[in-house]
Amino acid sequence: MDGVSVNFTVNGREVTATVDPRTLLVHFLREHLKLTGTHIGCDTSQCGACTVHLDGKPAKSCALLAVQLEGAEVTTIEGIAGPDGMHPMQAAFKEHHGLQCGFCTPGMVMMGIDIANRHEAPDEATIRSELEGNLCRCTGYHNIVASIAAGASASRRREASG
Amino acid sequence: MYPFTYHRPSSLDDAKARLAASEDGRLLAGGMSLLPTMRFRLASCADLVDLNGIEALAGIERGDGHVRVGAMTRHAAVAGSAEVREAIPALAALAGSIGDVQVRNRGTIGGSICFADPAADYPAGLLGLDATINTDRRAIGADDFFTGLYETALEEGEIAVSVEFAIPERAGWAKFGNQASRFAVVAVMVSQAAGGAVRLAVTGARTHVFRVTEMEQALAANFSEEALDGIPVSSEGLNEDLHADRDYRAHLIGVMARRAVRDALAR
Repeated sequence: MDGVSVNFTVNGREVTATVDPRTLLVHFLREHLKLTGTHIGCDTSQCGACTVHLDGKPAKSCALLAVQLEGAEVTTIEGIAGPDGMHPMQAAFKEHHGLQCGFCTPGMVMMGIDIANRHEAPDEATIRSELEGNLCRCTGYHNIVASIAAGASASRRREASG
Repeated sequence: MYPFTYHRPSSLDDAKARLAASEDGRLLAGGMSLLPTMRFRLASCADLVDLNGIEALAGIERGDGHVRVGAMTRHAAVAGSAEVREAIPALAALAGSIGDVQVRNRGTIGGSICFADPAADYPAGLLGLDATINTDRRAIGADDFFTGLYETALEEGEIAVSVEFAIPERAGWAKFGNQASRFAVVAVMVSQAAGGAVRLAVTGARTHVFRVTEMEQALAANFSEEALDGIPVSSEGLNEDLHADRDYRAHLIGVMARRAVRDALAR
């Protein structure tokens, strides 16, 4: 088995690497790029802690090979804050205490941003159903749902004023 | 994962050539089942041929009386397609009920039907909607395509290219999903063609998807929930696991069939 060359963008930065084709995107992010904000929660592709945005859409980085990313744009939790500080979704998680142990949080925030991108004003039922692929084992989800609703509303306000 | 050589073909012909040249080649579609299975070392191959770079394999096209869905079309694209929602809304509902958002952004119709998981949703959609699977060498009716547990009629090296759905008069989808995995414990697609013929397909309950002819006949005479009253569903040969025993699955087939009919009448 030979190493395969792959070029793609992570958080706006060009990445070129030669990798063993078995390398999962999540391992590439964490071990090669040292972007350890993306977490591995389950190893069975169910928990969503490893959620990143692939060409603008959420995907589980544990169910993708790094070599599949040729030409793609990847955004991780490290790539969402702006020059003024936290992304509104991150700020909403802080404000509403949308976490306990924090392990699932990077995936929750990335999913929350996608929910805000696709829904004008997501209600509780919509948010809960959209979170199907993100597991939290601490919170019971209540504050996560509240955080995403607030983060979606803050993101809209920022767009309107920006 | 066991080691493999990765291939990134840019055309169907290129993919066919690479698959043919390998003694132990596998196709990679969305990878939502295959990659986790390879990670558990339950599957392996010498050559992994990735279809994701072949643009011609993805896309949705409405023709005269049918909708054609490219094999590499993602579930999210089918669920959100204006053509599918207008022509066969039950198919859009099925695609939108698969897995979760992240899985629907990657998973493909071709991958789902060729993997042929006994609890996958699309097999019921294809069988219940009388679809045809176009491959690189022939057209296969859904009745002949699904042949067993993870088994299809595809030959060595044969590649599914698209799925063609005849647009029915009406169709309905009902799914009882496993709370954790969202795979179907039992799910039903029912459809009635313009000529009156009814098809009712069940997934999740046996080694592979199947039709219930007694229900189809009753619904052809009278397309209503009441028409299903008194039709017994035998639990013989049904799947049994910690989520549902045979009798419960048999019961669910009746309930999901009624809900699918209700869904068809409401659309």
